[in-house]
Amino acid sequence: MEVATTNPNEETNVWGGGNRPLNASYGKLMMWFFIVSDALTFSGFLVAYGFSRFKNIDSWPIADEVFTHFPFLHGVDAPMYYVALMTFILIFSSVTMVLAVDAGHHMNKAKVTFYMLLTIIGGAVFVGSQAWEWKNFIKGEYGALETRGGQILQFVDADTGKRVALDAFAANLPTDRSTHQRSNGLWFVDESSLPTFSVEEVKSGFAANENLVIRGEKIDEKGHKIVLSREASLDKINDAVGVVQGANLIHNEYGNRLFADFFFFITGFHGFHVFSGVVINIIIFFNVIIGTYEKRGHYEMVEKVGLYWHFVDLVWVFVFTFFYLV
Amino acid sequence: MAHADQKLAIFRGLLKFKSNVQKIWGVLIFLSIVTTIEVVLGIIKPQSLMTMFFGMKLLNWIFIILTIVKAYYIAWDFMHIRDEKGSLKGSIVLPLIILIPYLAFILLLEADYIFDVMNAGFVSWNF
Repeated sequence: MEVATTNPNEETNVWGGGNRPLNASYGKLMMWFFIVSDALTFSGFLVAYGFSRFKNIDSWPIADEVFTHFPFLHGVDAPMYYVALMTFILIFSSVTMVLAVDAGHHMNKAKVTFYMLLTIIGGAVFVGSQAWEWKNFIKGEYGALETRGGQILQFVDADTGKRVALDAFAANLPTDRSTHQRSNGLWFVDESSLPTFSVEEVKSGFAANENLVIRGEKIDEKGHKIVLSREASLDKINDAVGVVQGANLIHNEYGNRLFADFFFFITGFHGFHVFSGVVINIIIFFNVIIGTYEKRGHYEMVEKVGLYWHFVDLVWVFVFTFFYLV
Repeated sequence: MAHADQKLAIFRGLLKFKSNVQKIWGVLIFLSIVTTIEVVLGIIKPQSLMTMFFGMKLLNWIFIILTIVKAYYIAWDFMHIRDEKGSLKGSIVLPLIILIPYLAFILLLEADYIFDVMNAGFVSWNF
């Protein structure tokens, strides 16, 4: 009996890479390699976040109380609405990307161009939103005191239970303390800029306002921060050694120091992915316009950057859940 | 992967689409619905879902499951894993679904242990 071979390459080139057992091109496979390893990197970050959170399960900051801003709504308490909007923006730009890939399969250059443009705009809006989110996080809203052990003491109104900002009650004491600079002090010593208020000013302002109490980091069974009584607050405030307004990598007014570190690290790393995705999309966008893929005969490059772009969206879905929802 | 052999049904064939473009919009609507449910639950935080279940609040389990559902549809329909060969599907997904739950399990268990040590130990962490 004769053996019918349909494709002579099938036998000869198995070891040389001529055969494609996964039925995917070299470039696409490499993109998948990268995505799998990057997915493991991100899961490492998110699991590390979970580790720190489970370690401090009774005192972790509550995301709803941290991310409460919405553009053009000043002073309105809008927990999560903005990140939800960002999620929709990113999912939508994922959709325009997959539409561009689909148009590429039909060799429709005009449509690919249009959808790539929409994808780039969506990505840019998302990165801008993240920058705005960072700005609010770094600037802070209420301010807090920090104890020697690194605990955060926040201030609430005993009657309403609402947070009170430091500048609403801190006393204005005369002081000759100014920021130490190399030019007017020790030339080898640096000091970062001083907070608006000193610990003494906050303390005396607190003593003068009878309706203020302190809220610590600890969480009760129902998931609310435990508020101290007035007497306990007056006692607790003596532990304070520093004023914190906003957040950086060392101090933050929201609670556990690791919270801000992970926020900067994980959303920053994701934002960097989105940014590089936008840059790659722009490069591909111009390649589409000048007809590179038209000449090549296929739009597989759009599909490959599409894979990366969807992956960025996929990661955000998890960051959204673990940082803002859970 | 040619566009001719794309699978156009989701939910195990429950919902069939006429074209790939239509399927994309269908998946978008589904993802939007899931995200909306998540956000609404996150804002209301129903007391009935605050009961503890296997080390976490029931609400958090719901969030995580909904997230995995979303991740599935992004990977399967936007990244076209649905149309890839079984061997490629497996080599992408299997390492992730083996390694990530494993890492999460050991680290979260360890964190829980550290919490107990700090909680019941003789050193004060709150000073």
